[in-house]
Amino acid sequence: MDSTTLIWLTLAIPTLGAVGIWLADRFPNLREAVTLVTAVLLWGTVCHLLARVLRGERPGTEPIEIFGGIELALAIEPLGMLFATVASTLWIVNSIYSIGYMRGNNEPRQTPFYVCFAVALMSAMGVAFSENLFTLFLFYEILTLSTYPLVAHKGNEDARRNAGIYLVLLLVTSMGFLLPAIIWTAVASGTTSFADGGILASAGLSAGAATALMALYVFGIGKAAIMPVHFWLPAAMVAPTPVSALLHAVAVVKAGVFAVVKVVVYIFGLDYLQETGASQWAVYLAGFTVIAASLIALTHDNLKKRLAFSTVSQLSYVIMAAMVATPAAIIGATLHIAAHAVSKITLFFAAGSIYTAGHLTMISQLDGIGRRMPFTMGAFAIGALAMIGVPPTVTFLSKWFMLQGNVTADQWYALGVIALSTVLNTLYFLPIVYRAFWRAPPEPSAEHPAHGEGPLPSVIALSITGAGAIALFLYPDIVYRLAEAVAAAAGGTP
Amino acid sequence: MDLLESYPLLQTIAERYNTWAVILLMVSGLYIVVAKSNMIKTLIGMALFQTSVYLLYLSPGKIIGATPPITDTAFAVYSNPLPHVLILTAIVVGVATLAMGLALIVRINEAYGSIEEDEVVDLVDRQDKAEE
Amino acid sequence: MSTPADPQPALMLADQLPALLVVVPMLGAMVASLLRNGALGYLVSLIVSWVSPVIALAMLWQVEASGPISYAMGGWAPPLGIEYRVDEANAFLLVLISIMAALCITFAPRSIASEIPAQSRGWYYAMFLMCLCGLQGMAITGDAFNIFVFMEISSLAMYALIAMGTDRRALVAAYQYLVIGTIGATFYVLGAGLLFTITGTLNLVDMADRLQPLLGTRAALAGLAFISVGIGLKLALFPLHLWLPNAYAFAPSVATAFLASTATKVAVYILVRFVYSVYGVEVAEAHEIDTAIVLLLAVLAMVAPSIVAIFQANVKRMLAYSSVAQIGYIILGVFLLNEAGLTGGLSHLFNHAIIKGCLFLAVGCIVFSTGITKIDQMAGLGHTMPLTMGAFVLAGLGLIGVPGTAGFVSKWYLIQGATEAGLWWLVAAIVFASVLAVFYVGRVVEVAWFREPSPEAAAPRPVPVEMLAVTWILAALCIYFGFETDISAGVPAEAARILIGGGADG
Repeated sequence: MDSTTLIWLTLAIPTLGAVGIWLADRFPNLREAVTLVTAVLLWGTVCHLLARVLRGERPGTEPIEIFGGIELALAIEPLGMLFATVASTLWIVNSIYSIGYMRGNNEPRQTPFYVCFAVALMSAMGVAFSENLFTLFLFYEILTLSTYPLVAHKGNEDARRNAGIYLVLLLVTSMGFLLPAIIWTAVASGTTSFADGGILASAGLSAGAATALMALYVFGIGKAAIMPVHFWLPAAMVAPTPVSALLHAVAVVKAGVFAVVKVVVYIFGLDYLQETGASQWAVYLAGFTVIAASLIALTHDNLKKRLAFSTVSQLSYVIMAAMVATPAAIIGATLHIAAHAVSKITLFFAAGSIYTAGHLTMISQLDGIGRRMPFTMGAFAIGALAMIGVPPTVTFLSKWFMLQGNVTADQWYALGVIALSTVLNTLYFLPIVYRAFWRAPPEPSAEHPAHGEGPLPSVIALSITGAGAIALFLYPDIVYRLAEAVAAAAGGTP
Repeated sequence: MDLLESYPLLQTIAERYNTWAVILLMVSGLYIVVAKSNMIKTLIGMALFQTSVYLLYLSPGKIIGATPPITDTAFAVYSNPLPHVLILTAIVVGVATLAMGLALIVRINEAYGSIEEDEVVDLVDRQDKAEE
Repeated sequence: MSTPADPQPALMLADQLPALLVVVPMLGAMVASLLRNGALGYLVSLIVSWVSPVIALAMLWQVEASGPISYAMGGWAPPLGIEYRVDEANAFLLVLISIMAALCITFAPRSIASEIPAQSRGWYYAMFLMCLCGLQGMAITGDAFNIFVFMEISSLAMYALIAMGTDRRALVAAYQYLVIGTIGATFYVLGAGLLFTITGTLNLVDMADRLQPLLGTRAALAGLAFISVGIGLKLALFPLHLWLPNAYAFAPSVATAFLASTATKVAVYILVRFVYSVYGVEVAEAHEIDTAIVLLLAVLAMVAPSIVAIFQANVKRMLAYSSVAQIGYIILGVFLLNEAGLTGGLSHLFNHAIIKGCLFLAVGCIVFSTGITKIDQMAGLGHTMPLTMGAFVLAGLGLIGVPGTAGFVSKWYLIQGATEAGLWWLVAAIVFASVLAVFYVGRVVEVAWFREPSPEAAAPRPVPVEMLAVTWILAALCIYFGFETDISAGVPAEAARILIGGGADG
């Protein structure tokens, strides 16, 4: 099949999958089979495209003009390929996990849940393969809207309120800042298409205007959760854990940082950023977010809340690396998108598994849980080490390149932030591991009866991702080649 | 005439007395609409306001010494007929509006037992509040 | 005086389209009122309202093929006779009005049967057709006084339509609208009278020519001021909008949908005609302060009613306040005085008609099957009436301006226009108002989809297929025009180019 058809298929497969899931409403087994088949088909298609991109192709579709030069168009560049590969791969794992979780907890309204999930993945693919800012924005908003029902899934007052925060914050930032930024870019440069080396260099904006435009982008892409627009992410934790795992550790948040990196690389271009210094302020703000979010994470006893703030912090790693604007830092940022995804999803899977098995949500309740749930907590430990960046986990590699990028650019502030946050990560993750394995478990009570491992599908899923976090360290070849290609497209001097 | 010549302002007013009549009628009409609570009086004000516009159209159409526009070899100067035609239409529209307004007032009186706008609006507000 | 033009040797139907567009609904209204029967009245209005879009589309096609159509009413040649003039801009508007009318009438019968007593239904359809006649007449005529006459024809019919609402508050709303509407129309005719006095003509094209040397005179400016205020009352430009919320809230559902999507739009068109065609864009450009004041009013219109909408308990009134806000967007686009802005304004006029039509019709479905108009009582409607609420969500997204919907396209142009004009505070205002729309639309969606229905709520009666079909046609159009914009943005862009570039009537 030619690449254009394959690209359209990445949108069509999840869409048809959503329809199929909806039609199979009455038959849960068939419904879950549809989800899995869809996920596998999507993954196969994406892998097909990946092979071509690794051969150096940059396939794209014919643009469809919407109005006045604004086009709907898809095209693949290495960064989007990486994001699509990560999201589609983890969707399979997450689907397996969801089956265990949703059935284990007897969740209501499972059909809309899986439908929205498929639509969210469709829009994640659209974001990944967008050829221009308009297409990116279109799928970005569909992603927001399709995940809103997932966050509000529980339907109680708390879920509704937090889902409201989620929706409003993401819509407000995207409508309020991202859309004007896109239109400004279109008016200034006459195009919205992503291009190697950026499109703004010849637009004739002053350094101040470029800085303001960058600010509109950074705050407009609320999904990247830089402070102070990060509130939606902790709020989204009311969602069922599979949602938090795939969407709020992978698809949604990565769509955010992915969009930031994409704007830096293909709209501004490193040369232009180095010349104007339009991104320097964002390095400081992202650094502040890294530290502040880590400190807040320390104070939370709720496991998912702590994970959420850890995510906020890790996302700002990526933003900071992108804003440093050197090729090595871009490689680090790109690697970290993949590295953090696979590690954080493991942590969320573990948290969900603990909840399903023992209905525990607080860290203080986890004494000795490692003896009851060895696989879960083993995977959790790997995830925790990955958050810190210890070899042999994949985040070691991404941090390495970020540090390298900071050194070559004399960004000592960013270097210090990474060092300090590594200490903080250790402080808020290792005690959990310690508690789980080295403290004696409490006597079983009526409130917290003895329990074993989580549901089998969940355990399988988290074992896969835990192993993945190590495997990617050992075999980083594919990811690294994509990251290198991104850095090459970005331009800039080391 | 001496008086007018020595006071230019007065002269301007006198020259355009038709416009002043229009303004006077228009402002009185508008004032009645705003100030009166009785719905029928409001409609009277509205009609007065509309009438002022009729004058605005008609008065410039009149040429002193001219005859109605009926072609005849004996006369050379005719009044402009167009304003009359227009205003004939406008009068019809005005009458229709007035009739419509009065019909509504009848219905309002049936429904609320009052034609005082203050009282009726008060009842409307109360109904709004009761629903919330 | 002039003599009638030579009678045509053969009376071709295709040449008479402009007259037919007005005459057919007018005769239909008379027939319907003579029949005095709901079912027969419906039949007449169904036929008439589906003939109108055929005529309008045929004219649009003619205009696209061979340029503007000029039609001398009764054979009296312009400028003395009344000229009907169809160009790109109003052909587009006529298509919009007639299609909305056709869809609303198709939707109407059972909704009307449930809201209006049997003996009044025939009158309802008669009034509906009269209103259609007036609106199409306003849009098609090229004569300043004729505009007034049609404005009053449509307004009188509208007062009657509104007064037919079930709630007794509808009467008060109709009365208040009558007083304000009449004052607005009289202001308009005053302004037109001043222009007539100084130019001696009522034909808009002719007037534009003769006005050029007189643009600096006080009478010309006073004329524009009177016309603007008069039309401002008609199109409910903030702060002249007070009549609108109650009128929309208490009119019968179908009437609300029709009025919201057409009546104010025609008024906008008249304003655009005067500002751009008769006076020319230079006048507005020369009077910077006045233009800035209008822009400020437009911004207030976008923001203040949106905030009020958030706190409304009645869903129809909420949508009505939202309409006032959307008119702010349109006026903003019109007075940005650049091509992108005007394109945005005109295309929002089109898109908002479809979006608001869909929303009000969806509410019509809800009222029909449950009788509910309060937002609080709508809990769980997403599950009991998924199709209706699904359409509501799609149109609501359009109202917010989410990409992929019609509303996004027009907002893009508006922001582009404001950016090109360098007016950053307007960009901020547009996005802020869109954000407010998130709140008021989101409130309904959240209640309907994410709250459990109250146990004592009766199961809704099923929505008839024609009501659902029409609602969904409009909902689908909200999405369709988000991707395919040849009509919704292409024609406005062309019209904007002519209006800004040409000065005189395109």
